[in-house]
Amino acid sequence: MTRHMLGLHGVTAESLGMIMERAWRIRQNRRQYREKLKGKLIAALFFEPSTRTKLSFELAAHWLGAEFIHFPLETSSRVKGESLLDTILTVTAMGVDALIIRHSNSGVLEWLKEKVDVPLINAGDGAHEHPTQALLDLHTMYHYFDSLKDIEVVMVGDIQHSRVVRSSIWALKTLGARITLVGPPSLLPREFEQFGISISWRLDEVLPKADIVYLLRIQQERQQKGLLPSLADYTRQFGLTAGRLSLLKPGVLVMHPGPVNVGVEITAEALQLLRSWPRERAQVCIEHQVASGVVVRAALLDYLLGEESHEITA
Amino acid sequence: MKLLLKGATVVDPSQDLEEQADLLIEDGVVAGIGRGIRADYARELDLSGKYLVPGFVDMHVHLREPGFEGKETIATGTAAAVAGGITSLACMPNTAPPVDNPLVVGYIQQKAREAGLARVYPVGALTRNRQGEFMADYSALYAAGVRAFSDDGDPVDNSYLLYQIFKYLLAFEDTLIISHCEDRRLAANGLVHEGYWSNLLGLPGIPPAAETVAVAREILLAQATGKRLHLAHISTAGAVEWIRWAKEKGLPVTAEVTPHHLLLTDAAVKGYNTAAKVNPPLRSEEDRQALLQGLREGIIDVIATDHAPHKIDEKDLDYFEAPFGVIGLETAVPMLLTELVHRGELSLRELVQAYSCRSARILGVPGGTLKPGAPADIAVLDLEAEGVIEPRRFYSKARNTPFAGRKVRGLPVLTLLGGEIKMEEGAVKVGKQE
Repeated sequence: MTRHMLGLHGVTAESLGMIMERAWRIRQNRRQYREKLKGKLIAALFFEPSTRTKLSFELAAHWLGAEFIHFPLETSSRVKGESLLDTILTVTAMGVDALIIRHSNSGVLEWLKEKVDVPLINAGDGAHEHPTQALLDLHTMYHYFDSLKDIEVVMVGDIQHSRVVRSSIWALKTLGARITLVGPPSLLPREFEQFGISISWRLDEVLPKADIVYLLRIQQERQQKGLLPSLADYTRQFGLTAGRLSLLKPGVLVMHPGPVNVGVEITAEALQLLRSWPRERAQVCIEHQVASGVVVRAALLDYLLGEESHEITA
Repeated sequence: MKLLLKGATVVDPSQDLEEQADLLIEDGVVAGIGRGIRADYARELDLSGKYLVPGFVDMHVHLREPGFEGKETIATGTAAAVAGGITSLACMPNTAPPVDNPLVVGYIQQKAREAGLARVYPVGALTRNRQGEFMADYSALYAAGVRAFSDDGDPVDNSYLLYQIFKYLLAFEDTLIISHCEDRRLAANGLVHEGYWSNLLGLPGIPPAAETVAVAREILLAQATGKRLHLAHISTAGAVEWIRWAKEKGLPVTAEVTPHHLLLTDAAVKGYNTAAKVNPPLRSEEDRQALLQGLREGIIDVIATDHAPHKIDEKDLDYFEAPFGVIGLETAVPMLLTELVHRGELSLRELVQAYSCRSARILGVPGGTLKPGAPADIAVLDLEAEGVIEPRRFYSKARNTPFAGRKVRGLPVLTLLGGEIKMEEGAVKVGKQE
């Protein structure tokens, strides 16, 4: 049976815990893992542009001694009219040990897993899941909280189109956190309540309870598609502005998957103020998230491809 | 040539008949129904324990020919039809070239005659090349035999043009406009019903309003003009309410529902199952219940499959790339018998009414009745026969069914067209012609 990381829906607390634990061990003693994946070839097929995620995976592979190749597919194969499956089969036929895939079509890996016999790692599929982002966020959260049980996580932004939110919901719920999603109704359908979480269309009402405020990136195109009146309107209602900082609970964690649109999700003034505050008052951990990305992805690669590899139990 | 069908329970709502009787066929038409009919020199078939009904009439089928013979042909599609107990069907005009000129109408009629299995009624395009810009050549299509017009999957977005078309076709009194109700801007390239599953899978949703807005527009145009309108494959509870309103007003509006919308919900897309990718999408349980209730009340008049064959490799793509559509000719009757009739959700009589009598009447074609003198288009059903939906055994070229593997109880076991046996015990008499 092939081991994949397609998403966090249904993944058990035990599996999440093992990945977290391995990430800690790698973080503490990177050298010990230097040759863990020596001789393995990991290919990244990105059908959507990405710099951060690709770089993070590349570095993670590097840490474990694996070879890493990257196919910038957002241009070449499409032009040639080659089908997705042809591309994937070509690459696997060349002999790779794992495929990291990013694609704009939700669920594309669920379809591909029936066609290939190498581990697939989801680096983001449409609006479905982005499991490694959620895992690195967990890793970051555990740096500040011993347990996520009953921790109040408020996620703000374009919930509807966010794959980060979907992965995070499942993992956080499994680990006992309480989630509130916030955004304008055009980007946050009421039906999200059916996932057993809270929703709110008013940021000011939920900010005071948050242990973690997780800001999501707002894409410029949402405005063009008529989902928002303007980015300024979004910021007025849902941006973390200097005026809203007084609503925050002491010791709150402010997170963002990056890259931040300063002035939209959070204003420059608020960001500056937050960074100047002492730890007991608030902490911005955006850079910490980036650093966690490499550690967690290394842990995941080792977990799926290393000697003591595991199935992700769902 | 005489054929005597003996001992079946005859269910024919068109003459309020539901009793054990013999049926005599002479020269291709029903010569008599009654107990203990005797006929000299007649071939006799013992059908005791079986149910004999007017052949099913499916008013929404894609036969794909001409142009897409890899998906289906008129020969394979009509073979699938008679395998499923269907003796007449209307086929949609989204062929290549489309059915917007009499040549294509003639081609389809000719191919159907050659296949010799089922009666085929081509639906003409509503606009030239189905592009929603100019009226199609109605009088030429009419002269070729077309009595129903539709752009089906590509609805006329332009309400002004549609209004003019409704008016223009008033002069062709015995014609019908069939509307695929979808506001395409609202549907916004969605892929599944907007709701729990679209959120879970991260797939763009199609809101129910994409249908109800369009249903309301079509009904209001029918009201404004008095033109006869048929609403294809209704999928939402909201649409049922609009149709109820139209009927209460006495407007010339009829509607259809597919077996898949009656039997499945959006949960069928779980795991990005492209076999359940269909437009309009499978909706919520609430919608499904409203459709069923609407059918029972006669708000929804007919059942039709929207049989939409695709090649295996076309459906074996990821959820975004795979085309919309499911097939239904060979699954409709077994699935409906199993899931609705046997469960007491719908009586056999109601099924026959919705999937034969009313469809024939709305289309204005023969069939849907076993009154003496009517063509002997007949389906014989064995309500106790058990089986499994096995796509590899389909007569259709396509395999894209969401019902694969389902156990069924109740199968069509004999199909006659004009008194000739076209299917017996699941085997279609392919190639047999008059």
